[in-house]
Amino acid sequence: MAKLARLGLSDAEVETMAGELSGILEHVDRISGLDLEGVEPTSHVVELENVLRADVPHQSLSPQAALASAPDPVDGAFRVPSPQAEA
Amino acid sequence: MVDMLDLTALEAHRAMCAGDLSAAEYGRAWAEAAAGDELNVYLWREEDGGSEAIAVERPCVAPIAVKDIFCTEGVPTTAGSRILEGYRPPYTSTAVQRLIEAGAPILGKTNMDEFAMGSSNENSAYGPVLNPWDRSRVPGGSSGGSAAAVAGGLAPWAIGTDTGGSIRQPAALCGIVGLKPTYGAISRYGMIAFASSLDQCGPLTRDVGDAALLLAILQGADPCDSTSVGLAEAPRLPDREDLQGLRFGVPADLARDAIVPGVREVFEATLAKIEQLGGEIAEISLPHAEHGISAYYVIAPAEASSNLARYDGVRYGVRAQTDGDLTEMYETTRAQGFGAEVKRRIMLGTYALSSGYYDAYYGQAQKVRTRIAEDFSTAFAAVDFVVTPTSPSVAFGLGEKTADPLAMYLNDFFTVPMSLAGIPAISIPAGLAEPAGGGPQLPVGFQIAAPAFGEQKLLDAAYALEQAIGFEPRPSGAPFPAIDQIKRTGSEEVTGG
Repeated sequence: MAKLARLGLSDAEVETMAGELSGILEHVDRISGLDLEGVEPTSHVVELENVLRADVPHQSLSPQAALASAPDPVDGAFRVPSPQAEA
Repeated sequence: MVDMLDLTALEAHRAMCAGDLSAAEYGRAWAEAAAGDELNVYLWREEDGGSEAIAVERPCVAPIAVKDIFCTEGVPTTAGSRILEGYRPPYTSTAVQRLIEAGAPILGKTNMDEFAMGSSNENSAYGPVLNPWDRSRVPGGSSGGSAAAVAGGLAPWAIGTDTGGSIRQPAALCGIVGLKPTYGAISRYGMIAFASSLDQCGPLTRDVGDAALLLAILQGADPCDSTSVGLAEAPRLPDREDLQGLRFGVPADLARDAIVPGVREVFEATLAKIEQLGGEIAEISLPHAEHGISAYYVIAPAEASSNLARYDGVRYGVRAQTDGDLTEMYETTRAQGFGAEVKRRIMLGTYALSSGYYDAYYGQAQKVRTRIAEDFSTAFAAVDFVVTPTSPSVAFGLGEKTADPLAMYLNDFFTVPMSLAGIPAISIPAGLAEPAGGGPQLPVGFQIAAPAFGEQKLLDAAYALEQAIGFEPRPSGAPFPAIDQIKRTGSEEVTGG
């Protein structure tokens, strides 16, 4: 699960968290027994139709501003380590 | 000039508009008060600089403390997280923009639980905020910095965010007013996302009048947030004096055993006050509210695990130095950048959304959410408001609940159902109670919830009740005197503004 979430957890953290999460899931599991067959799920509380803005060009962030907070900007781009593990 | 700090934000606004109060002097007085922060409230103050983009041309509204979750151009914005240390956003959130346009200078950015996940402010990467009533206790969370700023005389008013109680609970624990508006009343643009279907911005203020004024400034539809709709009518200042003809529903299934005795007494006494004002108390049923915590702790972490995927050390924020590949950089950055509670919720949310468990957890929780909203609809057919204590206890001790995440979560028992239903709810200080184990008396909050977009009715009723309660005490050490003096100053010097 930590791999899916891209979280590098230490063995100690995994152990503590496993205990905590089982406790929380046990509480949360109380809803699994409820008969909610046919109930519509709520993903959003306010009834809204699709909201569209006018398709008009407008000033957006400059590339410079967008890169200003990047840890490693280079040539107008975000540089990252190689996705291929080194041999 | 201590007198200026006694004014409510509304009184100060009127005095500034009438020319009876110099905005510059008033602003300076508050900046000085904020500089005396001994509660770890402020992560950034105006005098720390970098704030050219938020300069207010003609201040005429009281300066405000802003939870550090609102992106503010050029101003450090951390959301209480190590992963955003030093981050200066390239744009300003709509809520802050509206404050600036209204003429409210930004006094500072307030400490908070990391990414708004917490009920005690102990999850901040920058240390806990202390409760101004008793510095050995928590101010509540996650908007604990904003609540402590107002209660501790470090800001005239503040904004925060509420996902499952993060405005109302700290307001209750600090003895101030906290309003969570209807979902969609205020734009979320530039408000760092925790759980997008629940997050809502709102006021933390000394009294209900200030909350109404702040809501009027903040509310409104925003093209930058497609889920914002605003209120049908701009809020008026509340002036209702009685509760004649109004029905207040108390949930019969309210977990009375979970409420500590002192809080229960204040709650019962407040119900009696409602009746004295002509209001009627009725028993209602919210049969699914008891499952609120379970549904919330599936939905909120699930949305958080998705929202927090963006903190990957690539575009902004902190990046861990590693020799390995891209995946290792992601994993190390997130391991070093996030605190324990955020990691816990990311794990919980990832699990709830993972293939094979999605229907059992997320799907089921969304159905419970429907049932809870229906419970409220049924209740509101019979009553105007639903009332509960805001929190089952008064402020607890620092470190008291950190070892048991579930105990901390259960603290949100009374505030989460309203969040899931998307309805507005306010917490007003209703009295004082002794904490379990003794010690000085601490504030107790009374929660009133109304149907969606019923803010005006809610504010009017809360105002009438507030006048009848006459909550007076202030924490010792705060640089303003008792509230009766505030009232006197207000009525003598600032009339008809």
